[in-house]
Amino acid sequence: MSHFLGSRASWLAGLLLLAFLLLAPLEFHRYGLYILSQWAVMTIAAIGLNLTLGYAGQVSLAQGAFVGVGAYSAAILTTQGWPLGLAILVAIALCFAIGWILGYPALRVQHHYLAFVTLAFSTLAFLVFRNEAWLTGGTDGIDGVPRPVILGISTKPHLAYYYFCLLVLALVGLAMLWLVRSPWGRAFVALRENPLRALSLGVDTRRYTLMAFAIGASLGGLAGALYAPLVGLVEPPVFTLALSLSLLMMVIVGGSGYFLGPFLGAMVAVLLPEWLRFLESYYLILYSLLVMGLLIYSPTGLIGILDRFLTHRRTRAASAARASLGASIERP
Amino acid sequence: MANFIAIVIAGLATGALYALVAVGFTLLWQTSQTINFAQGEFVMLPAFFMLAAMNAGLPFWAAIVIGFVLSTAILGFAFKLLLVDPMLPHGVLPLAIATMALSTFLKELVKTFYSAEASPFPSIAPEGDLHIFGVSIALQNIVVLVVAIAAVAALQFLLSRTRLGRQMQAAAQNPTVARILGVPVERMILYSFLINGALVALASLLISPIYLAKFTNGETLGLAAFIAAIVGGFNQIRGAIAGGLLLGVVDNLSAAYVSTQYRGAIPMVLLIVVILFRPSGLLGRPEERSV
Repeated sequence: MSHFLGSRASWLAGLLLLAFLLLAPLEFHRYGLYILSQWAVMTIAAIGLNLTLGYAGQVSLAQGAFVGVGAYSAAILTTQGWPLGLAILVAIALCFAIGWILGYPALRVQHHYLAFVTLAFSTLAFLVFRNEAWLTGGTDGIDGVPRPVILGISTKPHLAYYYFCLLVLALVGLAMLWLVRSPWGRAFVALRENPLRALSLGVDTRRYTLMAFAIGASLGGLAGALYAPLVGLVEPPVFTLALSLSLLMMVIVGGSGYFLGPFLGAMVAVLLPEWLRFLESYYLILYSLLVMGLLIYSPTGLIGILDRFLTHRRTRAASAARASLGASIERP
Repeated sequence: MANFIAIVIAGLATGALYALVAVGFTLLWQTSQTINFAQGEFVMLPAFFMLAAMNAGLPFWAAIVIGFVLSTAILGFAFKLLLVDPMLPHGVLPLAIATMALSTFLKELVKTFYSAEASPFPSIAPEGDLHIFGVSIALQNIVVLVVAIAAVAALQFLLSRTRLGRQMQAAAQNPTVARILGVPVERMILYSFLINGALVALASLLISPIYLAKFTNGETLGLAAFIAAIVGGFNQIRGAIAGGLLLGVVDNLSAAYVSTQYRGAIPMVLLIVVILFRPSGLLGRPEERSV
């Protein structure tokens, strides 16, 4: 894991990103804003998965299902007249509870087996979304999810809703920064690196495994609750296993276990395909080639490339310093 | 009752196909810890190699030979050389994600450069039904069942009875010790990829006449093989066979007797139950954990 990225470079990268996110919309069309909002929403879900997978080391293939649970909770409640804020809280609480329960198999089985349990859950959740028409509207889904009014400002325009998503993303990001540096975050990493040793050092691995799952899931729920008003329509095909796999890809491609990883990974998964659209029918071919190429070049993801680049510069600087030091010593 | 038997036999035929694909999947996992999310697309692709060869004017048998050769070369050798080898030292997950990208790549390749439509594919089995004791069974199902079981039995013989097979097993179970004992571990891993290439070509040949050759064929098949491998036991070839047959039968029975809405749920419930109560699979060995 990187230690330098906690420092200047990542702050710089973060600030540049923030400036881009705040200013970019002024140049974007409606569709561009919509895609950027989608990026913000998916980043939140990926941050949750990054906590479960990247920090606590538990492989989950159910994050997409949690986004679905969140989206359906928000859609059902807001179309009944509830304010979005309350619906978000319900979505978070519901996903936390389901995540906690789903975490129990993680206590019995580890690694890939856990991935399989979550995979099964993901498929079951999709079937419930599609078949329980009395609750979820079946294959038609739920249409007309209203956008909220916040402090008297309507978020109907895409720009306003985009800034709202960005604000939530910023809050989630700050909370995550705090969490991974807190004793909890250390315990999560201990769980990933060596569960048995963590247990013998007095870390309650049972509780932390469940926690990692539940917190990750509740962020998925939050992302879903933001997704529903963004699109306005919540329908089953969005929340298949493919979404879970795509979220997993975001975390790995960005850099699993790094704070900035999900931000970059979601860019690759959400924005890059849009930028490649000019290739028309070839864009998915080139896109999948790019992802494979990136992972071959740097299996630790985009952050890995940045990391390697910084290390390289650092060693070069250090050897240059040594050389000049050597030269000054040789000189009488 | 006759209907029930017919369904079970059709289920066994489906299951034998799942087993064929799952065995290859398990083989890659055992020898190189590769979770191949593109395994379904690997089955989809060889049919198009064969179709392309036939479009070039070759007879069916020659197209089959070309399909097998290209499949072992590209989906076996090139897959290992270009994607697996560079990523293997970096853990299971990045490689798994790369195979997901590979599955999109293969699908889009076929869709863009061959056809987005389903293409008819000639069958190696004669048309018609077989009537035994009042039960009518499609000849196609019988041929699929027999060929798939023969292939898996041959593989099982290779692995457990021949010198080469024992070397492969040694390389899979304990690469370090195998290396010390003089087993060329790298070559054994390569063989497992080549075998997988041939297995998917065979599965493609058997399945394409039934479902027609289409670029989306791999989606359900890959997942089914994945589940069959887990249910049977991820680290056992025998397990993959049992898991495949079981899944095929359960799949067909639930299609006939359970609501179509929740048909897809049955294999998942089976999966969860097996993982919770027998995490190492029906026939699998528990994996050791190290501190």
